[in-house]
Amino acid sequence: MCLHFSKLLYLLSLLHGMHQQQEEIATKKLRLTKPSKSAALHIDLCKATSPADALQYLLQFARKPVEAESVEGVVRILLEHYYKENDPSVRLKIASLLGLLSKTAGFSPDCIMDDAINILQNEKSHQVLAQLLDTLLAIGTKLPENQAIQIRLVDVACKHLTDTSHGVRNKCLQLLGNLGSLEKSVTKDGEGLAVRDVQKIIGDYFSDQDPRVRTAAIKAMLQLHERGLKLHQAIYNQACKLLSDDYEQVRSAAVQLIWVVSQLYPESIVPIPSSNEEIRLVDDAFGKICHMVSDGSWVVRVQAAKLLGSMEQVSSHFLEQTLDKKLMSDLRRKRTAHERAKELYSSGEFSSGRKWGDDAPKEEIDTGAVNLIESGACGAFVHGLEDEMYEVRIAAVEALCMLAQSSPSFAEKCLDFLVDMFNDEIEEVRLQSIHTMRKISNNITLREDQLDTVLAVLEDSSRDIREALHELLCCTNVSTKEGIHLALVELLKNLTKYPTDRDSIWKCLKFLGSRHPTLVLPLVPELLSTHPFFDTAEPDMDDPAYIAVLVLIFNAAKTCPTMPALFSDHTFRHYAYLRDSLSHLVPALRLPGRKLVSSAVSPSIAPHEDPSHQFLQQSLERVYSLQHLDPQGTQELLEFTIRDLQRLGELQSELAGVADFSATYLRCQLLLIKALQEKLWNVAAPLYLKQSDLASAAAKQIMEETYKMEFMYSGVENKQVVIIHHMRLQAKALQLIVTARTTRGVDPLFGMCEKFLQEVDFFQRCFIADLPHLQDSFVDKLLDLMPRLMTSKPVEVVKILQTMLRQSTFLHLPLPEQIHKASATIIEPAGESDNPLRFTSGLVVALDVDATLEHVQDPQSTVKVQVLYPDGQAQMIHPKPADFRNPGPGRHRLITQVYLSHTAWTEPCQVEVRLLLAYNSNSRIPKSPWIEGGEVSPQVETSIEGTIPFSKSVKVYIMPKPARR
Amino acid sequence: MPEIRVTPLGAGQDVGRSCILVSIAGKNVMLDCGMHMGFNDDRRFPDFSYITRNGRLTDFLDCVIISHFHLDHCGALPYFSEMVGYDGPIYMTHPTQAICPILLEDYRKIAVDKKGEANFFTSQMIKDCMKKVVAVHLHQTVQVDDELEIKAYYAGHVLGAAMFQIKVGSESVVYTGDYNMTPDRHLGAAWIDKCRPNLLITESTYATTIRDSKRCRERDFLKKVHEAVERGGKVLIPVFALGRAQELCILLETFWERMNLKAPIYFSTGLTEKANHYYKLFITWTNQKIRKTFVQRNMFEFKHIKAFDRAFADNPGPMVVFATPGMLHAGQSLQIFRKWAGNEKNMVIMPGYCVQGTVGHKILSGQRKLEMEGRQVLEVKMQVEYMSFSAHADAKGIMQLVGQAEPESVLLVHGEAKKMEFLKQKIEQEFRVNCYMPANGETVTLPTSPSIPVGISLGLLKREMAQGLLPDVKKPRLLHGTLIMKDSNFRLVSSEQALKELGLAEHQLRFTCRVHLHDPRKEQEMAVRVYSHLKSVLKDHCVQHLPDGSVTVESILIQAAAHSEDPGTKVLLVSWTYQDEELGSYLTSLLKKGLPQASS
Repeated sequence: MCLHFSKLLYLLSLLHGMHQQQEEIATKKLRLTKPSKSAALHIDLCKATSPADALQYLLQFARKPVEAESVEGVVRILLEHYYKENDPSVRLKIASLLGLLSKTAGFSPDCIMDDAINILQNEKSHQVLAQLLDTLLAIGTKLPENQAIQIRLVDVACKHLTDTSHGVRNKCLQLLGNLGSLEKSVTKDGEGLAVRDVQKIIGDYFSDQDPRVRTAAIKAMLQLHERGLKLHQAIYNQACKLLSDDYEQVRSAAVQLIWVVSQLYPESIVPIPSSNEEIRLVDDAFGKICHMVSDGSWVVRVQAAKLLGSMEQVSSHFLEQTLDKKLMSDLRRKRTAHERAKELYSSGEFSSGRKWGDDAPKEEIDTGAVNLIESGACGAFVHGLEDEMYEVRIAAVEALCMLAQSSPSFAEKCLDFLVDMFNDEIEEVRLQSIHTMRKISNNITLREDQLDTVLAVLEDSSRDIREALHELLCCTNVSTKEGIHLALVELLKNLTKYPTDRDSIWKCLKFLGSRHPTLVLPLVPELLSTHPFFDTAEPDMDDPAYIAVLVLIFNAAKTCPTMPALFSDHTFRHYAYLRDSLSHLVPALRLPGRKLVSSAVSPSIAPHEDPSHQFLQQSLERVYSLQHLDPQGTQELLEFTIRDLQRLGELQSELAGVADFSATYLRCQLLLIKALQEKLWNVAAPLYLKQSDLASAAAKQIMEETYKMEFMYSGVENKQVVIIHHMRLQAKALQLIVTARTTRGVDPLFGMCEKFLQEVDFFQRCFIADLPHLQDSFVDKLLDLMPRLMTSKPVEVVKILQTMLRQSTFLHLPLPEQIHKASATIIEPAGESDNPLRFTSGLVVALDVDATLEHVQDPQSTVKVQVLYPDGQAQMIHPKPADFRNPGPGRHRLITQVYLSHTAWTEPCQVEVRLLLAYNSNSRIPKSPWIEGGEVSPQVETSIEGTIPFSKSVKVYIMPKPARR
Repeated sequence: MPEIRVTPLGAGQDVGRSCILVSIAGKNVMLDCGMHMGFNDDRRFPDFSYITRNGRLTDFLDCVIISHFHLDHCGALPYFSEMVGYDGPIYMTHPTQAICPILLEDYRKIAVDKKGEANFFTSQMIKDCMKKVVAVHLHQTVQVDDELEIKAYYAGHVLGAAMFQIKVGSESVVYTGDYNMTPDRHLGAAWIDKCRPNLLITESTYATTIRDSKRCRERDFLKKVHEAVERGGKVLIPVFALGRAQELCILLETFWERMNLKAPIYFSTGLTEKANHYYKLFITWTNQKIRKTFVQRNMFEFKHIKAFDRAFADNPGPMVVFATPGMLHAGQSLQIFRKWAGNEKNMVIMPGYCVQGTVGHKILSGQRKLEMEGRQVLEVKMQVEYMSFSAHADAKGIMQLVGQAEPESVLLVHGEAKKMEFLKQKIEQEFRVNCYMPANGETVTLPTSPSIPVGISLGLLKREMAQGLLPDVKKPRLLHGTLIMKDSNFRLVSSEQALKELGLAEHQLRFTCRVHLHDPRKEQEMAVRVYSHLKSVLKDHCVQHLPDGSVTVESILIQAAAHSEDPGTKVLLVSWTYQDEELGSYLTSLLKKGLPQASS
């Protein structure tokens, strides 16, 4: 302390230089009770001889974080230097630092506000002014509660709005947008200040001469909206004028503003200029945004196309206009190709397209009635989908998807256009439109000619496209039996061309069959090539194409009891075989003359759902209530319940997550109880050295299980995390006790105890809000005794812990709403091959890995591939983010290549490939805002990284050959 | 009165022979220099004698601009520059400069070698002509001379097609050439900024057509080709060598790639290889997809499309062949057609319009038996399909471009008169701008009101700023100063500075006015009353009562005197300097209303 004080004196004397004043030193001294980084800054700033030097020091200073306690001191020093500084660039940096500092957590910046406003008034440089306003913005956002400050800041902003520099005006508007409020008028009357209508002030700057300021004004308005202020309807007209601005960023922001207003006042009526008619505001806005889809700038086009998707209140005839583009040729009305296709279809003839002038124009058009540049929504999507930039096309497809989901009639109409997009030149667009089609598929039925176009894409060489299309076919409705036949034929063609698609195609046919049993029925004889009189040759059972046909038929037969009558003998045999080998694709059928055990089970699954859930609840409750029984009984009950839960999870897929989760928790508890039952606790330590194995193993296993619980399940809430962490804490306590028992000497215990106490402390800090729920628990008691523990010796600590661990009650684990266990299945490599993969040792061989992941959050960063070589060497591979696809909610697909290499082997051997889930306990802890590119401040050692294997491992036969010389 | 004059020498209410003369602010520019496909006599080239009877073209024209390489836009160029004689600069984009001579040479060969014309331009002339060409980049502002500048914008249509902005001072004209507002497989869409020209000269080929989406056509085309190939047939696609051919090639190439098809695609050699080479080079002129992927693979380096050899036509198995010319009237395409016509598995796809009398037109109109030379009858069993691929903007596209550029008036060229009429009416109705459609040789004159920049001295501006509030867009403000016109530039300075600069002495100019008032009282009293009245009315001005009995308001002097004849009438003499004209006239009108009845 003494040292600090003298240093401080030295500093301050430096700071004040020539005009040293004793009293000022005295006052300063009190303020800087904790000299820290500010001290260094002082010396540096005073040493600085030139502005460039000072700037360097400030930059260096900014790299390190500042603790909340010393922020104020630093701010004072900076301000003082600010007054003296002549160079605007240094002042600018100081101003920006002030803003950064005021964001520090735990620091209340109201004390520096006065100074900031003061220096603002005397500042001449526009850049510094802008930066100071930014600082004020930071201060203002930090204190959202303080009305008076907000009002003051808004006043300051209004004063500087007339500045000549666009930067300053920008910042003022930003400030107004972030801090201005409407409710002010109520509170202000008493103070006698002029009531400011923030919206009016911002609105005035819509016509500023600088486009950047106009943009900022619109953004500020949007910011007001985001903060929950209701914008006036009058803004709509102002915003409409901005749509024809010369600058794209203004137009882009204006489109957004119009969208916002249209969502606020969808039903109010606006007049149509140059006519007496009136329309709903949302329709008018829709028309205007549609018009922007053919804007000159693609940024605006993307923006407009995106926003169209979310305007669901628009009237249906406006919506349908977006797909309408009246064609004409030489002033005569022409039908679109879509219309022609539809007509041909309805007339029963398939499109010939053979005649020239097939599309010959029909009736004459009244020249007056043709409107070439509609203000309305005409053809907006037609233009958007044909746009030059694929960004616009994707946005248009997305918008189409959203609108179609909310309007079935629109879905029907946009189908033709979506189908057309399947032929886009950019794969992303094709993929997106296929996905879109899948999303709206319950609203639509495909016509045969449309199906034809859709199916043509099956030959695409991109695997993603084909699989997306299979997914689409899974949920499409087909209208005719020819359609089904066509789909089957095309899928079989696909199968021969790309044999790797086998699984995906089978799955697709499964759904196709179960959705259209009546359409499949008339096709059965043809598909099975049966003949009423003659026996035909039995097809090859291993032919994937034949299996595909059977999958279609069997799934259709499930709801069509007359179908099995058409089967021939070998079909039944094949059914039995497939039902066994591909049970996920072939459903249980009630076949005549065959008893099926499973047939009784399948229809009764649905009504069972509730009881099984009840069963789960009951068994869990039983466990939680029976905790006071004698240990033997508790153990048995736990064992039985765990067994029950596991079985339940296997039977009921929708309850698997909950059941597994609870079972894991119970297992932890069981292990803990067992460990505490150990005899070693009763006997003097040195005698039972060996038996302690069991207890320490239990502690280890509990730790592992808790990590699994925390990171392998999606949908785990904070409630559960507390319990899990609590369990882990208990495991750590157990570990500590066991170590204390088995090690001689006290020295190593010191470290361990301290660490454990740190963990407790950390637990308390992290879950302070949840502590009330943990009454009577281990940690509750522990925290009561914390002061005592802090001062006691390790031996005592261990003793206390031991008794507490024994006394602690069993915490009830509340079940989350939705919980799913992360799982992964490796599809490829299949691990069946007997042919080793041969390669020259020292070189690499690429192994294709294809796996599906379920319920994995953020797989790009967590999923790893592990390869285990027979010599125990393990290799971890991080797949690229692009290797993950997301075919549906909660599902991911990993298609990647793994490179294997090894030194030469004498004979082929198997390597194991499996998937790991990496976790990092740090991810749950919020980061402090100050750290921007700086080093992370040393955390408590709780950031544990590790991996959990979550897929079955697959064995791959490889053979690195020695290189030939 | 400044004006812009436009005279089409070709393409006025017509398609072909594009050639438009523009005079803007004393500069003469010729836009395009094309030939007409329909004529073989003198009418095929524009009448250049119109420009100047006697005297050299070079003296009269400041520059020539070529929008793209199609012959109806550049076909007369060697004739114009070498045979008529023009030595000034010719502007075109880089791709046009590269491809144009190939087409001109081809055109020359057909005219001279095949038709045996004499007095046609020679190869050397083409070369000499191309030496006069100055190539420009997109969005590059080129100074032709001190005042005239031109700038190219992307136009789609064909590789290197451009729209040109011609600007002199604040007056400008935009010429679109041919353009396309919807992107296709190898080119992007035309784009122009809000340049607000005085005049927009636009093509209007499809003035009365609104086209269907491109995707349907493409899909149909691919489906037909695919089906024919799958059943083992041969597909013939007659094309012209440049433009659409490349688009179709890319379309098929990507489709083959996507669908993993193996059937061979051939392209008849000749021109095309050279042209394809240029397509490969000018990647920046193509569409987004090609530009983005050319690093991995240049789309014009066709993997599946190979050069055609005559012998291949007899090969068994499916194949697709692109062959020239496009209308099946002669050459390789006709030869192949004759070989394949007999098989119903085969197919011919006509991707464009066919002129009457050609084989293409006959089969499209449904004729199944064709008489060939030598009384031979050819039975057509193969399928005949028609697909329209065209790269002009349709009516909606034209309107879109007009909307983007926001011109003061529009002029239509390159289209049929009847169709133009419709579009003209629409443009006038929608945008409320004048629209013209002159015939060939007809001149359109547009008066313009060019803005004249005036420099203002900073001192004066600051003084004015200090006086009042910030300038408001909506309210005009009065500003006193002196306009000095010197060496054709204008400056606004304060009067003191002007006097100093010009070495003149300052003269005071005063207005005086007498106001007669009925008032029997004395002059002195009168003055006091005026003083008190003005004091109460003009609160923010400095009103003073001087000892000599006169009243001053700022610089305005008011003196009261008795009337010489009628003593009951007093005369108020009001005098003010011209600077205070506003206040002075206000005062007189105030005084004329009379003084308020004395309240004292």
